[in-house]
Amino acid sequence: MASALINVPKKARRGEIIEIKTLMSHVMETGYRHTAEGEVIPRDIITGFSCRYNGVEIFRADLFPAFSANPFITFFTVAQESGKFDFEWTGDKGFNDTASASIIVE
Amino acid sequence: MKDESTRRQFLGLAGGAAALGAVSLRPAAATPASMTTAIRAVVGEATVRTGKVKLEVPPLVENGNTVPMTVSVSNPMTPADHVVSIHVFNEKNPQPNMGNFYLGPHAGRAQVSTRIRLADSQKIVAIAKLSDGSFWSATTDVVVTLAACTDEVI
Amino acid sequence: MNPARIIVVAALLIAACLARAAEIPPAERRSGSSFMAPDSQAMQSDDTANPGMLWVLDGEKLWNGKAGTAGKACADCHQDARVSMKGVAARYPAFDKALARPVDLEQRINLCRVRHQQATPLAYESRDLLALTALVARASHGVGIETGADPQLAPFIATGRDRYLQRQGQLNLACANCHDDNWDKRLAGAAITQGHPTGYPLYRLEWQSLGSLQRRLRACLSGIRAQPYNYGAPEMVELELYLMWRARGMPIETPAVRP
Repeated sequence: MASALINVPKKARRGEIIEIKTLMSHVMETGYRHTAEGEVIPRDIITGFSCRYNGVEIFRADLFPAFSANPFITFFTVAQESGKFDFEWTGDKGFNDTASASIIVE
Repeated sequence: MKDESTRRQFLGLAGGAAALGAVSLRPAAATPASMTTAIRAVVGEATVRTGKVKLEVPPLVENGNTVPMTVSVSNPMTPADHVVSIHVFNEKNPQPNMGNFYLGPHAGRAQVSTRIRLADSQKIVAIAKLSDGSFWSATTDVVVTLAACTDEVI
Repeated sequence: MNPARIIVVAALLIAACLARAAEIPPAERRSGSSFMAPDSQAMQSDDTANPGMLWVLDGEKLWNGKAGTAGKACADCHQDARVSMKGVAARYPAFDKALARPVDLEQRINLCRVRHQQATPLAYESRDLLALTALVARASHGVGIETGADPQLAPFIATGRDRYLQRQGQLNLACANCHDDNWDKRLAGAAITQGHPTGYPLYRLEWQSLGSLQRRLRACLSGIRAQPYNYGAPEMVELELYLMWRARGMPIETPAVRP
């Protein structure tokens, strides 16, 4: 199953502010919907998202049922050195998924 | 008289049944009061000032299931003075909290975009916490229309 | 000719002219994306923000994976989908010789699975079938639709057109009543589009998921309180065929985003 679409610039100048876009595949079932028979469909959402840049956490988010399905999160960071971005999503039912992207900073 | 008492009994039963039938399956909604409580849980006793924060949501939403939202804070992002976190709340979804975003001086720009669900036309509040402990907020009104044709289960 | 007959003939002629006049002139045809708010358009045009692309990625994995007792992957015969499948979705539904009738893209994928991979067909609206259809259709992104050029399809296009013009359901509406005669007006806050299927399978915000044209048509039919055709039914494929033929010349924009 394809999990995530990540958009990180391949290259950046040192000190440049870059935008990181992430899109993760997940149903984000709110826990407030009912079946036709009236039973609650249990909650199943991503509850946390974090991004590490060369091991240092640069961004974190708490997600609530108010997030749409296939959560889309974008944020900014300062490009400091070449290396890797590591993304992690955690959630209900032991959900855990990761992705990464590299960047060359000159 | 016999007729009146049975009628009264019937009305009593019917009234009770109606009250029972009126219990809605819809979940309890957040109210302005519960939103205030949720905000208090984040800011404590501090005053929340209006300003610095910009909350961008389309004024008329095509579908309440997926509403693009961008929150930005005009503030430097230096180690001495930066945005620590941004918290978003709402009035009428089942829960008052929508999302919390934690930044730091290396963020460069305090701006986050995502897509949220809105159950109804309502107010959204975004609160930013700065490194000096101060809180700033912005509020916006969103109008949510529903899809026109009912969709059935696949 | 007696006066009554003249009146009847005149009425028929006028009715025929009206039926013709309701068709949208080619120069005025617009994709559903032009009716959307700028935010929704932006969601579609950015590949890393378009949720439909998640299914295209899934489709790539499935394309390269072996399936069925023949142990073959789609890639074994078709190599890179982006190259070999370019233009395919733009001419579907197409005529299948063995069945002697048109089949749509989903049915073609399942026919390939059964005939060449000796695999079981995938269920309609299953994640796997949507992913493969999205991958194949994505390869035609930007290509102008040329469905219906095959003369063998002519009688099926005609049947599909009749269905499009026929009033049905408890609301007694024909597709044409909204999508030919009243497009660009609004129905309870939502814009009425011209109904061109240029971006299928697409991510509908209402569904929070990718879905096929057949799913959308079933929802439309429920909306007018008519009995929806079953998935894969001949009536469904003929209607798809007519709609694609009606949109000929317009570019494919799969995976589209729609409210």
